[in-house]
Amino acid sequence: MDKPFAITLDPGSSLANHTGSWRTSRPVYVDRLPPCNKQCPAGEDIQGWLFHAESGNYESAWRHLTKDNPFPAIMGRVCYHSCEGACNRGQIDEPVGINSVERFLGDEALKRGWKLTAPTAESGKHVLIVGAGPSGMSAAYHLRRLGHRVTVHEAGPLLGGMMRFGIPKYRLPRDVLEAEMQRVVELGVHVQLNSKVENILDTMQDGKFDAAFLAVGAHIGKRATIPAGDAAKIIDAISLLRSMEGEDQPMLGRRVVVYGGGNTAIDVARTAKRMGAEPLIVYRRTREKMPAHDFEVEEALQEGIMVKWLSTIKQADESSLTIEKMALDSKGFPQPTGEFETIEADSLVLALGQDVDLGLLEGVPGLQVSDGVVQVGSNMMTGHPGIFAGGDMVPAERNVTVGIGHGKAAAKHIDAWLRSEEYVAPVKHDTAAFENLNTWYYTDAPKTVRPMLDIIRRQSTFDEVQGGLDESTALFEARRCLSCGNCFECDNCYGVCPDNAVIKLGPGKRFQFNYDYCKGCGMCVAECPCGAIKMEAEEI
Amino acid sequence: MSFQPLHFYQTGTFTVGNRLLAEEDRTVQAEIGRTNSLNSGHRACQGCGEALGARFAIDAAMNAARGRLIAANATGCLEVFSTPYPETSWQIPWIHSLFGNTAAVATGIAAAIKVKKQKGEMGDVRVVAQGGDGGTTDIGFGCLSGMFERNDDVLYICYDNGGYMNTGVQRSSATPPAARTATTMPVGPEPGNAFGQGKFLPAIAMAHEIPYVATATVAGLHDLEYKVTKAMGMRGARYIHILVPCPLGWGAASQDTIKLARLAKETGIFPVFEAERGEVTGVLKIRRQQPVEEYLKLQKRYAHLFGKTPAVETIARLQAAADKNIRKYGLLDQEAN
Amino acid sequence: MLKQTEGSHAVAEAVALCRPEVICAYPISPQTHIVEGLGEMVKGGEVENCEFINVESEFAAMSVAIGSSATGARTYTATASQGILFMAEAVYNASGLGLPIVMTVANRAIGAPINIWNDHTDALSQRDSGWIQLFAETNQEALDLHIQAFKLAEEVSLPVMVCMDGFILTHAYERVDVPTQEQVDAFLPPYEPRQVLDPKEPVSIGAMVGPEAFSEVRYLAHAKQMQALELIPKLAEEFKTVFGRESGGLTRSYLTDDAETIVVAMGSVLGTIKDTVDEMRAAGEKIGVLGITSYRPFPIDSVRAALQNAQRVVVLEKSLAVGIGGILSTDVRMAMSGLQLRGHTVVAGLGGRAITRKSLRALFAKAARGELEHLTFLDLDWNVVNKQLERERTTRRSGPAAESMLRDVGVIAARIG
Repeated sequence: MDKPFAITLDPGSSLANHTGSWRTSRPVYVDRLPPCNKQCPAGEDIQGWLFHAESGNYESAWRHLTKDNPFPAIMGRVCYHSCEGACNRGQIDEPVGINSVERFLGDEALKRGWKLTAPTAESGKHVLIVGAGPSGMSAAYHLRRLGHRVTVHEAGPLLGGMMRFGIPKYRLPRDVLEAEMQRVVELGVHVQLNSKVENILDTMQDGKFDAAFLAVGAHIGKRATIPAGDAAKIIDAISLLRSMEGEDQPMLGRRVVVYGGGNTAIDVARTAKRMGAEPLIVYRRTREKMPAHDFEVEEALQEGIMVKWLSTIKQADESSLTIEKMALDSKGFPQPTGEFETIEADSLVLALGQDVDLGLLEGVPGLQVSDGVVQVGSNMMTGHPGIFAGGDMVPAERNVTVGIGHGKAAAKHIDAWLRSEEYVAPVKHDTAAFENLNTWYYTDAPKTVRPMLDIIRRQSTFDEVQGGLDESTALFEARRCLSCGNCFECDNCYGVCPDNAVIKLGPGKRFQFNYDYCKGCGMCVAECPCGAIKMEAEEI
Repeated sequence: MSFQPLHFYQTGTFTVGNRLLAEEDRTVQAEIGRTNSLNSGHRACQGCGEALGARFAIDAAMNAARGRLIAANATGCLEVFSTPYPETSWQIPWIHSLFGNTAAVATGIAAAIKVKKQKGEMGDVRVVAQGGDGGTTDIGFGCLSGMFERNDDVLYICYDNGGYMNTGVQRSSATPPAARTATTMPVGPEPGNAFGQGKFLPAIAMAHEIPYVATATVAGLHDLEYKVTKAMGMRGARYIHILVPCPLGWGAASQDTIKLARLAKETGIFPVFEAERGEVTGVLKIRRQQPVEEYLKLQKRYAHLFGKTPAVETIARLQAAADKNIRKYGLLDQEAN
Repeated sequence: MLKQTEGSHAVAEAVALCRPEVICAYPISPQTHIVEGLGEMVKGGEVENCEFINVESEFAAMSVAIGSSATGARTYTATASQGILFMAEAVYNASGLGLPIVMTVANRAIGAPINIWNDHTDALSQRDSGWIQLFAETNQEALDLHIQAFKLAEEVSLPVMVCMDGFILTHAYERVDVPTQEQVDAFLPPYEPRQVLDPKEPVSIGAMVGPEAFSEVRYLAHAKQMQALELIPKLAEEFKTVFGRESGGLTRSYLTDDAETIVVAMGSVLGTIKDTVDEMRAAGEKIGVLGITSYRPFPIDSVRAALQNAQRVVVLEKSLAVGIGGILSTDVRMAMSGLQLRGHTVVAGLGGRAITRKSLRALFAKAARGELEHLTFLDLDWNVVNKQLERERTTRRSGPAAESMLRDVGVIAARIG
């Protein structure tokens, strides 16, 4: 068209005008560390696997999850999910039910028979792992995936360690435990059961191992010095729980007193309840001070377990115990009152903590032990080169998730050490704080409640107490994730830019800024729901 | 049936796109191949609500018209920042004639199309007219009312930022009470724009009993696109009034444009509804009601209300106006029940 | 086909024959009969494929025309007087955008005081608007000029005003030759726009142009009118071939060859002037007439050529440039620049004041005697004027001049108000 001069213009010709030169600060895409991921002792990329679950792609979600943790079905039952405590959604309504989705994925994998990814190449190195508990099996999995030969020595007759001998069935059904353990074994991990390592150096030498990871659980119950009559039946909690795995279940009598306030005390009391006893927990402080997780205490109380607060046991006899009442002082510590009472008890179970049998470490040069645990560096290696340790053996909180995390961390360091290198963890992103989010955009969606077994059956059977989510509720729960700090491709930046300066790269490829036109208004940052964009001052 | 937000899918229909939604539930703006009717390189201020609103609306109209759209544009910011010689940002056939005649120009375009169509010289091309609040509620009002009453086949879109921003932020009949503009300075016994003046054009449009009248904001893209699409599916005179915050004129941070539009809706200051042939047929409910202060305090044009001695009475009057909207249009769920 | 018909209707028929596609109008006397006629023809189906739009103002009328013309439709409107002032902004815009709209101006005075009768002040107020302005002498020429106007407008992409004297022509029943559709079709091809709003080839029309290109844009508008200056006589020739009669062109000379006095004028008054000239010729006076058909573009060369052998020029115009005198005269004098001619401006026929042969004869005779003043107001009632001037000199609150003067001439304002 022979257009009139100046008055009539060709379409879209303003592309010649690069308005980016106006900018004083520029938006940049970032990945922030979601608080759940930051919190996870097992180092799971929770936001990452939820992203896949949100679209209903459960296998991808499971594969993403198992890159870090091979035991989602176990995790989904026994993990104390501190991630949920950190979840930003908790500041809107309730945290995302991460744990329940994890369990759904774990169960779905078992149901569908999904297999873990086998290594593609063999390194030729051989690593010894002592203990087939969460930490040991986690390390076995990661080392195997890295192509190393792995042999696990387990003192006990079955896989699982403390997961089997410390956690009751009603919380972790044994078929689930067994299935997830076996799936690791199927990767080509060699396991020797009933094979206690007496001396680590000897075993390493005998087996020509290139490195070792020690992951012995805290199987020894602590004993308190309670004056006791000869006839008093006193047993430690861990022995009791272990014996539950065998044919011969212990005879505790009707009136079982459990002494302690930790999770193990609760487990024992609930186990006793299921065996037909009338358990009573005796604890020296108050409920608020109880170290056991609140939900476990709550469930125990629901099941009719009695607790005697602010009480210590002074004397144990055949069928009774002498209790001294305590009172909290101004600092909140329990102090004896001199007031005593006697209660009836057929047995006393001591749930006062556990120790690790460190016998295998005797004579290992360089290795340091203090407070009953092995000292390790940040690379999980003990003072003796090539010997690494994790789980209950090292100074840390003792739970399954921490153990699994140690296994993963140790595997990475062992892998590097075997190549005479040092594993340098990638720099962690800044945390995605609640303030980084624009929560307007998330739909109102209260947390899905997991079904619970009815109370009568909880009191009388070892059936699993907490049910799982079905597909629709799991999907719903996954979609409650705010995807803190990580782009989930909501297209907001692409849509709200008044200058069309955001380029959409297509599904899964996220976005790019076109700095030729971006004027730096910051709207994309303000309207990004998940805080995955930040402004940076422009350098002139 | 008015626009119904979709829940469940993480962000539902609150975000521009959503990979979890069905294709048909996503916005035009989320498409890689959207028209970008208003292309990059335009000279709007940083964070311009009008540039955004215009692209939202015209892209949606283009989508509905399957690319066969002509736009007439009133004088004003939108025109000036989009078409300074030698460059235009428009990618669609577009004409700017004058400040006050856009509705009539659009009528002419529609008439020409009708004849050309009859003669088989043109397909079913649709017409959109657009202007700011000054060009719509003031100087262009005569032509607009004429276009309405003749029921000409034009969709008129007003981008309301409450003043003459292009000429340096003077008062228009859409400037809200108490707001500071260059011609309603915060001085004297009644600082800012006077109460009891101004007009709400959507209501006047409704009085013409035209097929469709709707309001929208740049903070509700799904709703906005739904309304443009619905309007494009109708014939005759249609009017959509879009609230487009102006960082310059409102004295707001450039990144707060959408936030302000959202607050205008959530406070009840700007009712979001639609009407057919003069009757309200749907409202977009307030989701998280906010007091008007939340909206006002982000804008320097209201700074005089929040001085050493806050203008409590004035704020209360503004709150009362918002409450009136809430009652009148049933913006809260309980109001509707 | 010969018809005895009203001028307005003749124009309506001519426009209808041009196959307009969009017609928009707002009623204002004395233009109403034209658009009423067209409205009826469109509504009754006589004019096919045409939209007739009753707009709410002249401003809207021109704006609708801008929209439809920019979309490639042959567009027509009509107005007069206050109407053209009300649409003025859009008038400039239409030419600025180069849209070939054709508009009839049924020439009428501009108030205040409000006056519905004929003079040329309305059209001449838009002389710099960039529109081509053609003035019709007769109803036949009005009809013919509309047909030529569409062709002219579309060839140069400029809007054209066809000016015809309100009431004198618009409401006069005369014999006119209405051409056939075949003739018009043979002369006027379908509109092929230079620029058009079309989704197939999008453009932005109406950009903001700054100092860097504005002068060039304005010069190009001028250049287009200069092209029109060439084109107008050609179209008149072409018209003659198809329709068999002289019509249009830039200027028309009548007995000017040996004339010592040449009277210059536009519009229907040329008829009265020619009659007067005939009488004076018969009495031996060497007097001629130059009629200007194309006021914009102004045919300087053609006017100069017509005037160069005369001794004096009397520009008789139905318009007044308050504070200086004539409007047309200013342009004529520009054409006379360098010629040794005496020039006279006669302001006549304002607001419908009758221009009689008697007055003209006296006027021209006075001019021939060399007694005519530089600026003359034909048939001005000096008695009334002087009384009012005296009143204003003596009384501070002298009241509205128009009402006072009407009282003086014995007409009560209310009766015509």
